[in-house]
Amino acid sequence: MLARLAGARRRVRAVDPRPTAQPAGGWAVVTVDRPPNEVLPGGRWPEPLRRLGRAVQVDVWPAPADRGTELAARIRPGTTLPGLAAHVAGDHPDRVVRAALRQAKQLAETGEVLRADRSPIDRGPAG
Amino acid sequence: MRALCWANAGQVAVRQVPDPELRNGHDAIVRVRLSATCGGDLPLLAGLAPHLADGDILGHEFLGEVVAVGPQVSRHRVGDRVVVSSTVACGSCWQCRSGAPWCCDNGNLAPEASELAYGHPVPGAFGRPTAAGGFAGGHAEYVRVPYADVGAYGIPDAVSDERALFAADAAPAGWLAAELGGVQPGAVVAVWGAGAVGQLTARAASLLGADRVIIMDPQVDRLRMARRHTDAETVDPRHTDILAELRERTGGRGPDICVEAVGPAWDGRPRSLTERFTGAAERPPAVREAVHACRKGGTVVVLGEFTGHVDAFPLGAVGAKGLRVRGARQHGAGQVPTLLERMARDELRTEYLATHRLPLEEGARGYALFRDRRDGCVRTVFSPELPSAE
Ligand SMILES: [Zn+2]
Ligand SMILES: [Zn+2]
Repeated sequence: MLARLAGARRRVRAVDPRPTAQPAGGWAVVTVDRPPNEVLPGGRWPEPLRRLGRAVQVDVWPAPADRGTELAARIRPGTTLPGLAAHVAGDHPDRVVRAALRQAKQLAETGEVLRADRSPIDRGPAG
Repeated sequence: MRALCWANAGQVAVRQVPDPELRNGHDAIVRVRLSATCGGDLPLLAGLAPHLADGDILGHEFLGEVVAVGPQVSRHRVGDRVVVSSTVACGSCWQCRSGAPWCCDNGNLAPEASELAYGHPVPGAFGRPTAAGGFAGGHAEYVRVPYADVGAYGIPDAVSDERALFAADAAPAGWLAAELGGVQPGAVVAVWGAGAVGQLTARAASLLGADRVIIMDPQVDRLRMARRHTDAETVDPRHTDILAELRERTGGRGPDICVEAVGPAWDGRPRSLTERFTGAAERPPAVREAVHACRKGGTVVVLGEFTGHVDAFPLGAVGAKGLRVRGARQHGAGQVPTLLERMARDELRTEYLATHRLPLEEGARGYALFRDRRDGCVRTVFSPELPSAE
């Protein structure tokens, strides 16, 4: 685990206007409104990232002012994601990582991951 | 349960659908007593992006009674009468804690869709396309309310259902417009559109001490209503050069705050497939007028729900006149409790805006009346408890 809790931040890069485009380093980042030690308590990854196992690298650093923690993840160069996780989020590894980061953020901020309604098909006949 | 759904080919229809379930610890289930149509629904019904899917349940303004709560809900219990904010916010992210719940990070089920459309995920709302992160809507017997402690508000006994219903969206939207515009005693405020939101913006501006409020709408009955229920002066743009009129009424300065409460100039015609695919731009005549009319250094607030791009925005005037342009989709957190108190004290009356009350089964007729402004319709209100005609 590479928790880098010191204040160093990545250099700002020219931003591609397409929001889903990957930056050069391949990192996806979310800002979590909690201190670093709550985002990675005892250095442990939150569950949504742990599910991705050794295929991802995770890093954190403090966000500016009172904004909490910047939590970053990327696919470890030369590895592939565990099959099931990739399949659920539509097979695109970057999307899987971004979804896991968002879930980790929600978990830290609200205590749970927001769930969609079950589809009518999953629920059987209308009541 | 019964619910008013979007059905393919641009229809709305009541369908039998599964009851909502508690899915998160912060959820509540509300049995709906009243729900309202809103101008924000019309672009969706017209087939504009983001696109509704067959079976999406409509309606983002509703109130009712709590019938179930998740284990994390602490402010509500079964039996409470609540009105629910139309947008969904978590209450615990940085945006929510900084007083901007309409920018919540955690209220959307499909954040990638709004990242593509807007650059960032924006909060979901009830009755909005599920593909854009929306939640099942309130034109139904029951609704699941995520983050119920944040989005649902207990209604004081002194406030009727018909009055409290407008605390879901229209009243806090008007209040937010007045706040974002910086209305203070002595301000001169102009409002484009005398629908429910426009009238409640005018009322909010008066309550905040505005010296003059001028409201504009081509609909005579709406102007009459605005004169009766708000302190606003009215202008009919069909007979008046609005820009000249506003200059004259403001000593040549122009209004300090100009609020656009009209929305896209939508002609009521469903969009063709080509238009949907090419994302043909909307035209914002009221926004253009607001920018031209506004005094130098004043504020333009855009409340209308533009879903995509607009053409012919007078950007030059924004720079040349040093304007501030603000926009927001309200979330009631922080406002609704105060608004409900004002309603209880009779300072804020809203029930007159509910001009038509129909059973869910007459959803198509209710929306047609509202869209075409026929029969003096300002808002159609549905009640799932009303028996249907047949
Ligand atoms: Zn509304
Ligand atoms: Zn939030």
